[in-house]
Amino acid sequence: MPESTVAIKGTKEGLLIALDPSEEWQVITTELASRLDGQSAFFAGARVTIDVSTRPVRKDELSSIKALLERRGMSLWSVASESSTTIDSANALDLRATYNAPQNNSLSDDSTPMFSAEEDGTLGVMIRRTLRSGRTVHSQGHVVVFGDVNPGSEIIAGGDVIVWGRLRGNVHAGANGDTSAIVCALDMTPTQLRIAGFITVSPPDKRRKPKPEIALIRDDQIVVETWQ
Amino acid sequence: MGVNAGVTTSGSRTPAPVKRARVVTITSGKGGVGKTTTTANIGVALAKLNQRVTLIDADIGLRNLDIIMGLENRIVYDLVDVVEGRCKLRQAMIKHKQLPELYLIPSAQTRDKTAVSPADMIQLTNQLRKEMDFIIIDCPAGIERGFRNAIAPADDVLIVTNPEVSAVRDADRIIGLLEAENKGPAKLILNRVKGDMVRKGEMLSAEDVTDILAIKIIGIVPEDDTVVSSSNAGTPLALSENSRAGVAFQNIARRLMGETVPFMPLDDSPNFFKRIARLFASGQ
Ligand SMILES: Nc1ncnc2c1ncn2[C@@H]1O[C@H](COP(=O)(O)OP(=O)(O)OP(=O)(O)O)[C@@H](O)[C@H]1O
Ligand SMILES: [Mg+2]
Repeated sequence: MPESTVAIKGTKEGLLIALDPSEEWQVITTELASRLDGQSAFFAGARVTIDVSTRPVRKDELSSIKALLERRGMSLWSVASESSTTIDSANALDLRATYNAPQNNSLSDDSTPMFSAEEDGTLGVMIRRTLRSGRTVHSQGHVVVFGDVNPGSEIIAGGDVIVWGRLRGNVHAGANGDTSAIVCALDMTPTQLRIAGFITVSPPDKRRKPKPEIALIRDDQIVVETWQ
Repeated sequence: MGVNAGVTTSGSRTPAPVKRARVVTITSGKGGVGKTTTTANIGVALAKLNQRVTLIDADIGLRNLDIIMGLENRIVYDLVDVVEGRCKLRQAMIKHKQLPELYLIPSAQTRDKTAVSPADMIQLTNQLRKEMDFIIIDCPAGIERGFRNAIAPADDVLIVTNPEVSAVRDADRIIGLLEAENKGPAKLILNRVKGDMVRKGEMLSAEDVTDILAIKIIGIVPEDDTVVSSSNAGTPLALSENSRAGVAFQNIARRLMGETVPFMPLDDSPNFFKRIARLFASGQ
């Protein structure tokens, strides 16, 4: 019997469904539907995280998976992927998105092309809209936002965070401990700003003039300077 | 519509699907900000402008639009009865006492919240579209099933908020969800504004709010004690001319119909009026 292309397991956050990135999408969705139907009573009501690994999933594909789950009484709330296309789709559908940097197994004998060492870890997500309250973006790499980051939203990045707009939500750059990570924004008034293990909050200065600024760690503290 | 529309020979008429009524959903995220008050008053104001209006209370389990409309004692059938086929749509439509072109479909008091689906709401409103000019849906608080139901058939969404940080935060969340559903752009109603407090910098101004939400504002409604008394009496303010909140709701109704109506001053500070006027101009 061939190995299954759909792996379903329970976690403390709900169901985690991993979809094989190499199999055809059509085959995967059919397989998923029949697996779920086989145990529908068992899965009903579950909150689901889908892990599509490296597969780029379009918005319409993701929304059909969402509908497939909803018809069976489940709800899709989170998507994990190494593809920024998938992360964009998840963002467009207002799902929680977790970006996992592609695995670089350069020591293994795997013949698939790998990212060069220079680019390793520099990949990230790009969000072309305003992040509104309640939205969270996770990325193992960098996060670039073309739009505002509103109060009540949150960005957690292994790398840098660049906001081409107003940064007013929570942001954590270098979340895995990288103290060389930076945060920059056209207007920097985050609710809370973290870089690696350091935390700061914006001073409550209401009548300041917006200007591009960059936050980084210097001498064991976060400093904010003009971004030029 | 094709060039032949209207040229019909008797007997072979194929009526084009008329999508007359506009479905307007009133939502907020946060509870208690004034959605039901807004639905009742805009409905009354539109009906006074000779529009045919049906209000739908989509807040299943927490019915109260009927009370504010003064129609509680006339309820026989409700929304869930229609959806589950226990009555015809017409039978659940309660006609207003003074305004003959204003109807209410009440929500169910006790039943299961999942009795109605988004598809039911689309079907029900489609049935009404031909006979109405406006269908206004009062959305429950929150972002659960009731919210999905209320926005599914919406052509326009009006978001009610108060000049408070937590209400604005929830409104922002709702705007994000609407964008994800391609239901936008929503318009904003800022309710319960106290002009004197705004002037003293103690309350968020309309500018502060739109600065964050970045959507057009369609109404600014002052805090007004008569809102409470008229709701209790079952006679929405907009029925009469002489309250500030009532006029604000009438203005929203006229803006919904495409008129350009300047925002009224919230207090006697000329500066404040100018700020609001500017805001409206920039929102165009
Ligand atoms: N402009 C106003 N001035 C004074 N009181 C107001 C105003 N608008 C609403 N209220 C009062 O606020 C309360 C809540 O209003 P309403 O029931 O319309 O809110 P809602 O958003 O529909 O609440 P829910 O989320 O529970 O459905 C009511 O007591 C109402 O009379
Ligand atoms: Mg209400």
